[in-house]
Amino acid sequence: MIGRRKPKLAVWKFSSCDGCQLSLLDCEDELLALAGEVEIAQFLEASSAVDKGPYDLSLVEGSITTPHDAERIHAVRRASRRLVTIGACATAGGIQALRNFADVREFVAAVYPTPQYISTLDRSSPIGAHVAVDFELRGCPVNKHQLLEVVSAFLHGRRPAIPTSSVCVECKLRGNVCVMVAHGTPCLGPVTQAGCGAICPSYDRGCYACFGPAESANTRSLAGWLAERGASAPELLRAFRSFNAGAEPFRRESERHEDER
Amino acid sequence: MSGERRTIKVDYLARVEGEGGLLVKVRDGRVVETRLDIFEPPRFFEAFLRGRAFTEAPDITARICGICPVAYQMSAVQALEAGLGIAIDPQVRALRRLLYCGEWIESHVLHVTMLHAPDFLGYPDAVRMAADHRDAVLRGLAVKKAGNAIVALLGGREIHPVNVRVGGFYRTPTPAELVPLAEQLRAARDQAYEMVRWVAGFEFPDFERDYEFVALVHPDEYPLAEGRIVSSRGLDAPARDYDRHFVEEHVPHSNALQARLRERGAYLCGPLARYALNAERLSPLARAAAREAGLGDVCRNPFRSIVVRAVEVLWACDEALRVIEAYEPPARPAAPVEPRAASCYGATEAPRGLLYHYYRLDADGVVLDAKIVPPTSQNQRMVEEDLAAFVGPRLTLPNDRLTAQCEQAVRNYDPCISCATHFLTVKVEEA
Repeated sequence: MIGRRKPKLAVWKFSSCDGCQLSLLDCEDELLALAGEVEIAQFLEASSAVDKGPYDLSLVEGSITTPHDAERIHAVRRASRRLVTIGACATAGGIQALRNFADVREFVAAVYPTPQYISTLDRSSPIGAHVAVDFELRGCPVNKHQLLEVVSAFLHGRRPAIPTSSVCVECKLRGNVCVMVAHGTPCLGPVTQAGCGAICPSYDRGCYACFGPAESANTRSLAGWLAERGASAPELLRAFRSFNAGAEPFRRESERHEDER
Repeated sequence: MSGERRTIKVDYLARVEGEGGLLVKVRDGRVVETRLDIFEPPRFFEAFLRGRAFTEAPDITARICGICPVAYQMSAVQALEAGLGIAIDPQVRALRRLLYCGEWIESHVLHVTMLHAPDFLGYPDAVRMAADHRDAVLRGLAVKKAGNAIVALLGGREIHPVNVRVGGFYRTPTPAELVPLAEQLRAARDQAYEMVRWVAGFEFPDFERDYEFVALVHPDEYPLAEGRIVSSRGLDAPARDYDRHFVEEHVPHSNALQARLRERGAYLCGPLARYALNAERLSPLARAAAREAGLGDVCRNPFRSIVVRAVEVLWACDEALRVIEAYEPPARPAAPVEPRAASCYGATEAPRGLLYHYYRLDADGVVLDAKIVPPTSQNQRMVEEDLAAFVGPRLTLPNDRLTAQCEQAVRNYDPCISCATHFLTVKVEEA
């Protein structure tokens, strides 16, 4: 980026399954080429060599669930020229965010011996709730081709070409028969952001929304449609409350079905 | 030397999955404490599972680990199908073996080539190692890619595959779809043999432990997705009796519970244990490679686990090809499943070792209670005992050298710290 110096890439982990950073190591054909273009300056899962930074691009996996991590993410931000979150945990709080609902519904403040600690531990929040984020890449896990596109875009100073349309668009492009129309299979594709390649409908199952809400997703309309075809309130609640439960449109939709239980 | 204190400490272990550190305390020339610190934040999976439909368990538990999601899916479906009395089509069973082989290959090669080999050859990572050992790294990436190709074809994608369901799969492949995969696997099998030879030539510290090995044992197969829980000291029990023989304890320095045998304490699971209890059930090719690599029927040197992993990669390529050659599409992708109240127990062999699942369901199939014991929590105590036994006779080594060897000793286990920390659950949630 500056002169001939190779840009420095850092990969950070917070509360997560490691799957999104593993996507980088799953780029078997591109990994050594990528390592030729950038200096992998910090990537603890792959290397014991640690460069203190600053970094040109930081990829951040995982959500914030502890007081220590809430501090650590600020240090990562300070050391990073650009910061991109990778995956549902970093972008929406991930599956860990299911605790956010348990907190509200079941927990009673009086039972906590150390409320301050527990309350932080009890919520899982996305990176964007703590620091400024330059781009959020969706998916549980992220798609490795999209990941390479984002890395490449940031290294060349352009916006990543990541569509925000729904899975339906990808599904049509793939030439699939609609599983909902043809087989009555409940599918969250209409409200879910594209990026996976419409894998689930291609494997004869409905989309379960692991890429989070698509732009202007009409969850209410889809929920009504699914209810008319026999989905119960608990089923609708669970459908919207999974790997992206903390994403705003899904959180609202799942809470709508709480009262109906 | 009197009163001398020495501490070997690694705050953040590199080249492991998840966040952990290690600590060895020495006083007066004696190891007084060894700890595998696990500070990866707990993720409460068993608590999330409560109130979810049993059909969601394979997708939810996959998210415990991005490196071995198939293992979680396999233990989940095995437990639920056993509890609900669902019979699985033999070809569905075979396809699951194929899928699981893909994960073993992908996960083992990641560890062998990218995480562990750099220790033996003196590099911080595989990318820098590639400058001098490019062929070995490229070969590793090619074999890993073949493993991922299996998971991507049968599962839909490499990480958190979408195609596994209770009762079978959503869609089963046509034989034609498996043809290019077989071609890729035949090449990978040859490369895996080369990988066994490569790692067998590494230098290994002179170090053996008298482990109690615990692994699944199946009468006719190298263990993967089913079998009885057997130990080298006489345990032989079905998965449903897990709690009768094993107990988990909470120690202050770990966000994971540590498992031990009620009767005898620490035990070892994973490649060394599987090999010790099942070597004769490897394919002839894998057996030949093991012999050539100098492995006896039992290997008690944990540093040589890298050789056993490479042999298991070769076996998994062989087994995957055997499944593909015998494949005929099942009449239907999945057996019908009806919910009912049930207690469900299952255990399979994740790449890192025994993975136990338990679910209690209500009449509608809603999960009332769940328990998951991953291999890394089972091996935690043994990692600490290994460190104590290893460091004791090597106190004359300079600190940096000894620290590096301690890190290598932890990596012998391919610890998956992300897997190990979904506990503390019940404590917090029910407080």
